[in-house]
Amino acid sequence: MKARADRLLALAPKRARMLALPLALIVLAVFYPSYVESLRGITVVGDFVPSLGSMVVMIVFTMMAVGLNIVVGYAGLLDLGYVAFYAAGAYTSAWFASQHFEDVSFHFGAVGVRSDLPGIHLSIWLILILAGLFTLAVGIIIGLPTLRLRGDYLAIVTLGFGEIIPQFVRNADDLGGFDLTHGTFGISPIDAPGFGTTLSDVLGLPASYQQSFDKVKLFYLTALVLLLFTVFCSVRLRDSKLGRAWVAIREDETAAAAMGVPLMRTKTWSYALGAFFGGIAGAFYASFKSGAFPSDFYFNISIFLLCMVILGGMGSVWGVLLGGMILGYLNVEGLATIGTKLNEGGINFDPTKYQFGIYGAIVVLMMLFRPTGLIPERRHKREMEEGVHDQPLYDSTHE
Amino acid sequence: MSDLLTATGVRKEFGGLLAVSDVDFAIPQGQVVSLIGPNGAGKTTFFNMLTGVYRPTAGRILFAGKDVAGKPPHAITELGIGRTFQNIRLFQHMTALENVLVGMHCRLKGGIITSILRTPGLRREERTARERARELLVFSGLPGRDEQLARNLPYGDQRRLEVARALATEPQLLLLDEPTAGMNPQETAAFTDFVAMLRSEQKLTVLMIEHDMKVVMGISDRVTVLDHGEKIFEGTPRECQHDDRVIEAYLGKAATQ
Repeated sequence: MKARADRLLALAPKRARMLALPLALIVLAVFYPSYVESLRGITVVGDFVPSLGSMVVMIVFTMMAVGLNIVVGYAGLLDLGYVAFYAAGAYTSAWFASQHFEDVSFHFGAVGVRSDLPGIHLSIWLILILAGLFTLAVGIIIGLPTLRLRGDYLAIVTLGFGEIIPQFVRNADDLGGFDLTHGTFGISPIDAPGFGTTLSDVLGLPASYQQSFDKVKLFYLTALVLLLFTVFCSVRLRDSKLGRAWVAIREDETAAAAMGVPLMRTKTWSYALGAFFGGIAGAFYASFKSGAFPSDFYFNISIFLLCMVILGGMGSVWGVLLGGMILGYLNVEGLATIGTKLNEGGINFDPTKYQFGIYGAIVVLMMLFRPTGLIPERRHKREMEEGVHDQPLYDSTHE
Repeated sequence: MSDLLTATGVRKEFGGLLAVSDVDFAIPQGQVVSLIGPNGAGKTTFFNMLTGVYRPTAGRILFAGKDVAGKPPHAITELGIGRTFQNIRLFQHMTALENVLVGMHCRLKGGIITSILRTPGLRREERTARERARELLVFSGLPGRDEQLARNLPYGDQRRLEVARALATEPQLLLLDEPTAGMNPQETAAFTDFVAMLRSEQKLTVLMIEHDMKVVMGISDRVTVLDHGEKIFEGTPRECQHDDRVIEAYLGKAATQ
């Protein structure tokens, strides 16, 4: 017992050092709403500070990037169709928290919605869980047939699924007379979250985001909680038995299988867990935007998320957080701000028109000068520098 | 003594090429069996059928009473067949300890949710797994190498680590594919003693493919010889040395006359 206490004591400073920076960042993030306006008041520099609304979008996309990192970074499976999970999550919100199914009227835990409104209205918190589980199932269904493929072939098939889902969504307004997705018009409005009057009275939690004066701030804090949840799960998974199996598969599939790692199951789990977080992010984002539209789910979103992972550093959670926030910022606000500034300076150039060219250039430059990402993961760095040897089984070509 | 593994009429064709032709084969419990034969005789193909890398074209493979032919590799490992590879296939960018921990994968119970919550039960399991992995490294002659990357280990140690990793799967039958290839005489001698110890102390049954006749004759209880995909001999090492067909396969017809 004493030995154990000593060990803990010896570990304490190391742990404290490891936790200090993340804790400081969390504190800064939690209080962001209270100082964002004063930051934005600073001349010139202030214009580059993202607004609270932009931060919500940035966080949602970063959350998806952290989810995608489980597939691409941990297990080494190139997934070019992650947008499918975003769509699945968003439409879960759309189905269960809007007036879309007007023939039924079912209310359960929804706040800020008149009880005589038609459609299904569930509590958003419940929907987030539902969306996670639904996309997890979608991930397994898509994963089982496709994950038998290796490398490039897998990338091509996931690309296909990433294209199929938006097309399906666009055209599923008349499935034998049944309107599932309302076609190109999308589904809106979608209910906002809230904790209801009882919890509001007892714990002081906001009753309804929609009816609150601090609506954006509430969405921001919720997004932050969801992101922290994703990061927490992601780190724990990385350090688990499953995380080890993912690395083993990434390094050498044949050897991993021979050591008792079930390839299909392990890969499918990485795919499904990545999907799980994408689904939650999608559902939350749909509630924030109060709508789900097929035009949101284009192929370029998958590539955009992949860029975040590559920029930050594949497999590195902290790197992906940074990469996600940087590209997210450029996407929602940064490029436009830069364009305005250039315009004010008399240069007629609008970077938002060339946004994907700019992201592409960033990725190319990263690949040339820092292929392991902004904050590289230790193991990935070595793999990049020295190469992995996943050659096919030597003897299969010989005998 | 009962047989741990019996293969009957096992056959493997690659297109028109017959790699292994109707081989009957048995590994008695607790013995060291060597599989030898000239290059291209079908030894590794046979090995790969035992471990599930290939599905036999025909025939049955019974391991501890269960038919394993055509099962996926991980399922066969879980039933109790551990293996090493002819050309070392470690997880190069993982440490020695992590390599062994991957070998324990199918013996650990921790699930996804318990891993995220890090329940006391899971912490305990992980701690015992790490302790056991360290013991295995020491047992395999790699003390103090825990945190070294597999790729940075000297060649002989990499071979040892492959065995440690295979032992971590808790096998009843250990398959070694040319374990002493590329070793110097001292390393080979040490390895031979190690295999003998596995048999006597761990009560393991061992099947190995080996080209070094000193090793084969030194520790094998039985020897099976394959040539052109056919079994041409099965018996004790001593008998093997005097068998005409074996000598012919290795040295040509003139040598037998």
